[in-house]
Amino acid sequence: MTTTIKAVEEQQDSPFALSHLDALESEAVHIFREVAGEFERPVILFSGGKDSIVMLHLALKAFAPAPVPFTLLHVDTGHNFPEVIEYRDRTVARHNLRLHVASVQDYIDRGVLRERPDGTRNPLQTVPLTEAIQQHRFDAVFGGGRRDEEKARAKERVFSLRDEFSQWDPRRQRPELWQLYNGRHAPGEHVRVFPLSNWTELDVWQYIAREGIELPEIYFAHEREVFARNGMWLTAGEWGGPKEGETVEKRLIRYRTVGDMSCTGAVDSDATTLDAVIAEIAASRLTERGATRADDKLSEAAMEDRKREGYF
Amino acid sequence: MSSTTAAEHLSATTLLRFATAGSVDDGKSTLVGRLLHDSKSVLADQLEAVEHASRSRGQEAPDLALLTDGLRAEREQGITIDVAYRYFATARRRFILADTPGHVQYTRNMVTGASTAELTVILVDARNGVVEQTRRHAAIAALLRVPHVVLAVNKMDLVAYEESVFARIAEEFTAYATELGVPEVTAIPISALAGDNVVEPSATMDWYGGPTVLEHLETVPVSHDLTGCHARLPVQYVIRPQTAEHPDYRGYAGQIAAGTFRVGQEVTVLPSGRTSRISGIDLLGTPVDVAWTPQSVTLLLEDDIDISRGDLIVPSGDAPATSQDVEATVCHVADQPLTVGQRVLLKHTTRTVKAIVKDIPSRLTLDDLSQHPDPGQLVANDIGTVKVRTAEPLALDAYADSRRTGSFLLIDPADGTTLAAGMAGESFATEKSAEKSAATPADDGWDF
Repeated sequence: MTTTIKAVEEQQDSPFALSHLDALESEAVHIFREVAGEFERPVILFSGGKDSIVMLHLALKAFAPAPVPFTLLHVDTGHNFPEVIEYRDRTVARHNLRLHVASVQDYIDRGVLRERPDGTRNPLQTVPLTEAIQQHRFDAVFGGGRRDEEKARAKERVFSLRDEFSQWDPRRQRPELWQLYNGRHAPGEHVRVFPLSNWTELDVWQYIAREGIELPEIYFAHEREVFARNGMWLTAGEWGGPKEGETVEKRLIRYRTVGDMSCTGAVDSDATTLDAVIAEIAASRLTERGATRADDKLSEAAMEDRKREGYF
Repeated sequence: MSSTTAAEHLSATTLLRFATAGSVDDGKSTLVGRLLHDSKSVLADQLEAVEHASRSRGQEAPDLALLTDGLRAEREQGITIDVAYRYFATARRRFILADTPGHVQYTRNMVTGASTAELTVILVDARNGVVEQTRRHAAIAALLRVPHVVLAVNKMDLVAYEESVFARIAEEFTAYATELGVPEVTAIPISALAGDNVVEPSATMDWYGGPTVLEHLETVPVSHDLTGCHARLPVQYVIRPQTAEHPDYRGYAGQIAAGTFRVGQEVTVLPSGRTSRISGIDLLGTPVDVAWTPQSVTLLLEDDIDISRGDLIVPSGDAPATSQDVEATVCHVADQPLTVGQRVLLKHTTRTVKAIVKDIPSRLTLDDLSQHPDPGQLVANDIGTVKVRTAEPLALDAYADSRRTGSFLLIDPADGTTLAAGMAGESFATEKSAEKSAATPADDGWDF
């Protein structure tokens, strides 16, 4: 017996070849349909950010020509970009969807949650999120999380079982075999579902371009009043910035992610079109989270710890 | 070092899912780290985080294993405890890497990684050659029917880059893997640490004329000729808009598990056995004439027949037999055991049915492939054969014919735990049967 070292020809011209975007799309649609087939009360977390916009687009395609059989849930930090909220409401109206809003501001006003000294509201979303899930008895919660975002997320399952406190236990995850997703759960428990698990940031942008999906304007380069904090450009506004000693300046920037204004940083950019954004991301030497998220830098296991508590 | 430019990065069109397997100290993390690093998939802030963490642990050089160990417990213990998925791209292809731990007690994780992989990279240490763990990895790749296997003979720098060392290991491994029915083995001599034959061809091993690991990953075929495959569509969901615009639309949505479907084709619905003809195929809202695996589609049929989630649509004349008795090899993936007489749920494609474990005829030792009769139960990481009786008939293919319609899960009905990963039919493909199936025409019978 001799060693086989085969020279293999690339079969790009095979009539059955599927592009990587088609393969990812097909897999995500399969996940949406599995949830529709097996769960009673699914909900899509919808923030008006690009990942949730892509999720909604996939759900629309998965059930066409019927309407999407899910409601939407937005955990509103109260520090949102106005363009994003406007986009959110317009999208909900256009597709005749039902939107629940869980408001961090309400929890603060009622004295249930307390503002953090650093002003960051992202970690405060966990309680309104988990209470909304309990209150509406959602049994499957779609999130736009991708495994390429962060190393704790790289360990996340597509179907991720959460206990009645929404907690994630990475050591007690179910093995996920083939495309056989196990969504069984006890009453009070629910499953977080991540249809974009296998997508990268670049995949998301290439798919947005291919499908001609509309996005909030803040994803494209525009002039904005910002100030520097912890090495990031934050939007000046009523949410609490700038503080003394922080100077506001007008810069040409865009956002790679959309989140709470207090911890979502902008990047310097002149990319005003989808093609320019894609070229910029392909050439970027920084990850999406590293470039724009202050809350992930709190500690080496910041994301893991928040996920354990019930964060997306 | 490859320098992928932005424009090249965007030209990659196909996707390869692959898995790595290796023992604790044979350099798997270094290989993965080098693939990610040299394909420029490690970005500056990630590298900075690794450098920072390495320094705070008192290490001089950045420890690339920290790139892949994402959980607190893993970093604390310096081991990998769970499958992680990584993403990288070159000018030619996108990759999804299932990075699986090598410890023997994590056999279930290797099975998990291999279940969706089209290729497995098995690492051996050139100084040790083929060891027990290597045979275990080969057996799992064969059991899970991973189409392509790469043997990476690592640490060639520590055996003076000797061709004879590589040739001996490659020959022993290939003979063993072929006996198990692995259809294709590609052996590559590498040094993950020095970078020989991982991304760049080795300057020291000019006796080797084959591809580097990355070249092979970029060129191995991912799409197969589907014309001979038995077409299968498990129905996931019935789409009925009942709107003014679409008052009569009734579509059967699902991901094609195998083969191709065409408009006009006569189909049979299992388990009912009713037949109809495909009147239309919607590919996510766009009508098409033909669709194939793994596309998610919606089939429209000429006749209004009763079809629901869990049914299987197949071409008439190419239907698998339905049965309530399943014989299969299972890998036990849960901490609680699987015992004879146990009541379980069986999830096959989109159908979940009640079932009873009737018998556990044997347990397999992966090291030497010996069968131990009547073990009574299977515990975590055991691989064994089981006989299961289901409450309803199932249309199960042999796993050898279809990884998707020949696989199933056993689930604990009490708490929903996934107990076992099942593969219907023969455990290992022998060389003879592999040749036979390659030569078998598509319409030639369907027994198992």
